[in-house]
Amino acid sequence: MTTTLLELKSVEKKFAAKSAWFQSKQFVHAVNGVSFELNERETIGIVGESGCGKSTTGRCVLRLIEPTSGEVIFQGKDITKLNKNEINQIRKNIQMVFQDPMASMNPKLTIREILSEPLIAHKIPRSEHEKLLSETVKLVGLSENYLARFPHEMSGGQRQRIGIARAIILKPKIVILDEPVSALDVSVQSQILNLLQDLQEELGLSYLFISHDLGVVEHVAHRVGVMYLGEMVEIANKEELFENPLHPYTKALISAIPKTDPDEVKERITLKGELPSPSNPPTGCKFHPRCIFAQDICKTSKPEIREVEGRKVACHLV
Amino acid sequence: MSNLLVVNGLTTQFESKNGPLTVVDGVDFTLKKGEVLGLVGESGCGKSVTSLSILQLLDKYGKISSGEVLYENTNLVNKTEKEMKKIRGKEISMIFQDPMNSLNPVLTIGKQIGEVIEKHEKVKGAKLKQKVVDLLNLGGIPRADEIFHEYPHRLSGGMKQRVMIAMAIACNPTMLIADEPTTALDVTIQAQILDLLRSLKDELDMSILLITHDLGVVAEMCDRVVVMYAGQVVETTDTRTLLRNPRHPYTEGLIQATPHQSKGKSRLKSIVGQVPTPDQYSPGCRFADRCPKAMDICQSNVPPLFEIDGQTSCRCWLYEMKEEVI
Repeated sequence: MTTTLLELKSVEKKFAAKSAWFQSKQFVHAVNGVSFELNERETIGIVGESGCGKSTTGRCVLRLIEPTSGEVIFQGKDITKLNKNEINQIRKNIQMVFQDPMASMNPKLTIREILSEPLIAHKIPRSEHEKLLSETVKLVGLSENYLARFPHEMSGGQRQRIGIARAIILKPKIVILDEPVSALDVSVQSQILNLLQDLQEELGLSYLFISHDLGVVEHVAHRVGVMYLGEMVEIANKEELFENPLHPYTKALISAIPKTDPDEVKERITLKGELPSPSNPPTGCKFHPRCIFAQDICKTSKPEIREVEGRKVACHLV
Repeated sequence: MSNLLVVNGLTTQFESKNGPLTVVDGVDFTLKKGEVLGLVGESGCGKSVTSLSILQLLDKYGKISSGEVLYENTNLVNKTEKEMKKIRGKEISMIFQDPMNSLNPVLTIGKQIGEVIEKHEKVKGAKLKQKVVDLLNLGGIPRADEIFHEYPHRLSGGMKQRVMIAMAIACNPTMLIADEPTTALDVTIQAQILDLLRSLKDELDMSILLITHDLGVVAEMCDRVVVMYAGQVVETTDTRTLLRNPRHPYTEGLIQATPHQSKGKSRLKSIVGQVPTPDQYSPGCRFADRCPKAMDICQSNVPPLFEIDGQTSCRCWLYEMKEEVI
């Protein structure tokens, strides 16, 4: 039986944009009413092109970016309403792995110091540190010798293992993975993806897996949410989404993946134009200027996300 | 099809504190007229250095130590800088991975493209402007008249790459080197740029050397593929054979490690370890430490490229018995 671990309810984030003193305040709507839930031991993939708000959504969960409105419910509590002490308790259970492990580690600290930081921050007794450190390093497939090294002495793949070790050392329930393999080569990428799957089984983790690479998401995720200009346009089980995408944007996105199979029939929907600026989004359905199926209704009224054939889609035409 | 570019035993070394490092080691391949040849490999395998060596764009620490680059039967390695300047942009041009860093931020788009044309042809004034606008249109850039006066920072990544392509084709080159042209772009934009390259290739009758790490891009674009590993060519074959029937264990591993290929399987096959750096190359086969099929001979002897059939050659001892050495 699946239990819901984390639930996002119409989370919204507006960034104030530069505006002249006589203008009314301008906003960039980075995340606009995103809702989904993450179940225990589940991986949910969030995909979309750059600037669609997928990373901002991930950060809103941990309140690394303060959401403007909406609720993030974890263990029955709304994270957005907690004070600083309470949020720190939550962060013990929700951890994050970033895209570039070199940029997210202090180059002057050894791996031992880097991995000890979460332990110190969450007041784990000193006596347990050593055991936890060696356990965790082994769990991510490295030997204890690596604890004495500096980040620059390691390869990209090893550094990302440390990034993962830092996230799991506190035994969290949820790990938010923000493009965890985008900076890695294919052969190393597959090692890290396998590691993530092993850890999920062993530690019973749930992943919020943010990526622009649909191939990777198809491989790791159980459910996938597709974002476009700050909105969730479709969310469905992986198999359904990749085999029978309903939203025109999802269709285009999936058809744009270069196929490695030379015999596969290519029916590509090439999108016209580029992602509009989120500070000045189109009216109605935000996708309509690039959509090949667009009707008059799409230009004026915004489709709400609703349930179709057991999954959620935001499109007037399905 | 006749050969446009023949690279023979190209070896490029870089100076380092501990003596010269061989980054590209005896690379051979041929680009035929009208063909798209893929150069595939992971970071650090020497694919970009190979392309920079072809155009002699290496920095002061890099040097071609042996081998030849025959372009239409003339050896580019012996050319002087002055002679190379006539070839770059006019005969062979190049587009880079990161369009953000390859455009001059303080020149307008029109000025930058105009510069290339002025360098090679005697066109000026209104005629030059018309030519640039035509090129921008050819590159699929909307509102070309306005973009002419814009600065690069006003354009998106996809648009900048289109400008780079327009600049590269300004003088009707016979050969285009595209170094990871879509790696920095989103998938939907990548699809647009690949379509553009494909149509330009036919329209202008170009040959393309496409450098990429993405096997999906290879499948979409290339006629033949050269796979590189640790500075050496490990396999050369046509795209179909490569994807259907990879010969070298590295190529096989690379294909199996690609998530999209693994449909349905819960675990990806991965290659253990990582790409060695040039100072760690083993005396035998450079892939031996990571190879699931490694034999005793692999540890001590460097395998030559064995020809398997007319199309395919592979640097692996597994194919020793089957055919003679080329």
